[in-house]
Amino acid sequence: MKSIQLDTQLQENRKGKSLLKKVLNTPPLLWGGMMFALLIGVAVFAPVISPYQPSHQNLFAILQPPSTKHWLGTDQLGRDLFTRVIYAARTDLSIMVLAEVIPFCTGVFLGMLAGYYGKWIDTLITLITDTLIAFPFYLIVIIVAFASGAGQKGIYITFILVGWIVYARVIKGLSASFRKQEWIAAAQTLGIPGVKIILRHLLPNVLPQAVVVLMTDMVGLLVAIVTLGYLGIGIAPPTPDWGTMISDGQSFIATAWWLSAVPGCAVVYTGIALSLVGDGLADIWRRK
Amino acid sequence: MIKLSATGGRFKKLSGLSAKIAPSHRWLVRALIRAVSVVFCVVVAVFFIIRIVPGDPAKMILGQYATPQAIESMHHRLGLDLPIWEQFIRFVQNLVTHGDTGTSIVLGTSTRTLIAERAPVTLLLIAMASLLAIIVSIVLATVAATHKNGVLDHLIRILPTVTLGMPIFWVGLLLIIFLSVRLRWFPVGGVGQGLGGMLYSLMLPAITVAFAHIPTLVRSLRTQMLEVLESDFVVTLKAAGIPNRVILVKHVLRNSALPALMLLGVNISYLIGGTLVVEQVFGIEGIGSLLFSAISNRDFPIIQGIALYCAISVEIISFLVEIASRFLDPRTKGEL
Amino acid sequence: MMAPILEVEKLSLATRSKKKLVSNVSFTIGRGESMGLVGESGSGKSLTLRSIIGLLPPGIEQVSANIRCSGRCAMIFQDPIGALDPLCPVVGQLAEVVAYNQKVSRKASRKIAFELLDMLGLPASLKQKDRYPHQLSGGQCQRIVIAMALACKPDILLCDEPTTALDVTVQHQILEIITRLQKELGFAMVFVTHNLAIVSSMCSRLCVMKEGQIIERGDTLTLLQNPQNPYTQRLISSVLPVPDFERRPVL
Repeated sequence: MKSIQLDTQLQENRKGKSLLKKVLNTPPLLWGGMMFALLIGVAVFAPVISPYQPSHQNLFAILQPPSTKHWLGTDQLGRDLFTRVIYAARTDLSIMVLAEVIPFCTGVFLGMLAGYYGKWIDTLITLITDTLIAFPFYLIVIIVAFASGAGQKGIYITFILVGWIVYARVIKGLSASFRKQEWIAAAQTLGIPGVKIILRHLLPNVLPQAVVVLMTDMVGLLVAIVTLGYLGIGIAPPTPDWGTMISDGQSFIATAWWLSAVPGCAVVYTGIALSLVGDGLADIWRRK
Repeated sequence: MIKLSATGGRFKKLSGLSAKIAPSHRWLVRALIRAVSVVFCVVVAVFFIIRIVPGDPAKMILGQYATPQAIESMHHRLGLDLPIWEQFIRFVQNLVTHGDTGTSIVLGTSTRTLIAERAPVTLLLIAMASLLAIIVSIVLATVAATHKNGVLDHLIRILPTVTLGMPIFWVGLLLIIFLSVRLRWFPVGGVGQGLGGMLYSLMLPAITVAFAHIPTLVRSLRTQMLEVLESDFVVTLKAAGIPNRVILVKHVLRNSALPALMLLGVNISYLIGGTLVVEQVFGIEGIGSLLFSAISNRDFPIIQGIALYCAISVEIISFLVEIASRFLDPRTKGEL
Repeated sequence: MMAPILEVEKLSLATRSKKKLVSNVSFTIGRGESMGLVGESGSGKSLTLRSIIGLLPPGIEQVSANIRCSGRCAMIFQDPIGALDPLCPVVGQLAEVVAYNQKVSRKASRKIAFELLDMLGLPASLKQKDRYPHQLSGGQCQRIVIAMALACKPDILLCDEPTTALDVTVQHQILEIITRLQKELGFAMVFVTHNLAIVSSMCSRLCVMKEGQIIERGDTLTLLQNPQNPYTQRLISSVLPVPDFERRPVL
């Protein structure tokens, strides 16, 4: 017994080591991962890092340029810009991750169904995705977010409705190509039911690709959240959000341009981190 | 097709659509069926926009303190008091006869008129942005592909990673900050008088919209060109003493142009969406600003109209792109 | 031997990552002479040809070479359909090559192109209607490619397995055409193939390549009848029922 346990432990250790090795051997993944970890760290420890409150106003010190007291200056209500940027990371990143959960699951599942069974399920899902794709992405996001009510709830509903399409399309193609391979046919001849084949055999094979798509899609989602905030139908003030911050700063671009520029840089930073992670994962997956 | 039905009279007994259609035309029929069914689904989706509102759209339009009578008359005006299938038939009828989605609640004007008024600026902006994106992408991709592993090539390969997370409106703002406020090259916003003024004032918005699409366009075009550059026929032409410059322009670019055209067809939907947002940044009175004023006025018919026209244009454009790309390729031209 | 028209001395090729592909290959060819280059796939035959005409695939570099060529080179390729621009009418491509090589007007180049079509026995219908590569057969495409090579007025014709991708009957026709044209126009030829039967009928001299090196060379008949290197012996015994040289068709 003991020896068996040891064995499995050893194996797990080895597994862990090879994973670490893989990460270290893939520079994009390593750099992207570190950038993202730093971002998460800053967001989590925001209260420790910053001495100010994100909504603390100081009307005697409005629109100040960057200084030692206020690293990135203050906004039109005298709030510390740096504090607001890192608190906004909390809001935007948590929504980004949460809003991605349901679309990811439904998209992967529907994609596998369409790819595996083909026929009318495929036709139906293709028709729905084609229809939704005909609407310009921002148009549909804006309309659904507005119609389902501004704020976080609207964002979640919007992405439940339209977010799954990307996954469904990619996974459908992938599943259809796996479908033609012999091991699936072999499983079928053994009389294993379709659902079991999908969950046991197809899912593990399409999941890596889905995760790669997840990384770039999260960037798109974040940009959409920020865009909705900018247009005034996303996260409502006073909750700090990069989009509303950019929009607030727009009135002062002639005098205090950093008010708009800095929150945007935070979005770009997140985008670079996530797409590096995505590229790295795709590399590892391809090497396999 | 005409020829076929004239000579093939004896096949008449084999009625049924597929028997009468030459096999080479089947893709066209399939593409048409697809386009028509997507348009139908678009109409259904637009019809439901007003109905996914949680609670009562009439209350949303009139506000919390509306009287029951006012709400009832709004219901009547929006047709919400009828059974749902009748509402749909009316919606489609109106669409077919008037080409619109009803009259604006705030302005009382037909949505079609309102959209037609605002469309020219938006269309001009889209055209300028597409043209700019194509030209810049072709130049950059050509340089990158012919100098593989050079500095520009590496830059172009990492470009999409950086620009993926750039909100389009933020790019617009940065351009305003640097090119308009600092350097005073362009106006900060609005649309100038006359064609010249219009083109000049739309330059910066067009650059913004194009900027969002250039990275992905360049990346795919570069891959495409590298594939063509390494193909056998380029080696043959080189071996036969044709100068590199001529091969590049006459053969490589032409062969990469087809996939680029397809790509633009796929991207046109994103391009339109980006344009709507960018209009808001630059204060341009186009479809985008109509959409946002309709949103703040809760003017549902206008929102539906814009959604419908945008989606149908996208569908028509991608259909035309498919036909055009088949027509331009001698391998599939015969099937038209 | 006649004055050499092509001298290749100590040609070595390697990838960027220093993997050796061809090492120390040397040979000379006289005016009007034809030489075969035989070996298994991946032995560096095609790369040797490519470096003579200066068109190495990207990523491969000449480590050392001394190539002296006192004439014009032209080349024909393995995959005739892929060797033509799919979006360009074949006659147009041929005329383009004529125009750039013989420095004539557009109209004149078309006329010369038509003459070349006749010379290669291509159907007259090509002259009336624009035809694209996908509308022609493999053999017809290869004739166009040969015509394009002839339009360069070559002194040396480099043939990179020109018949491998074709049907057996078409192979024969193409080989006949090449032999006839060589007699008429008198160009020298380097013929790369892995088919010993073809080489025996086309070439007077032979080089056998293996792993980037020439391991045996000599007069075709002597070499085929009395191979010294074990690899050559294996090559001959695996490919041939040894051809009956007495009854070799005189082309």
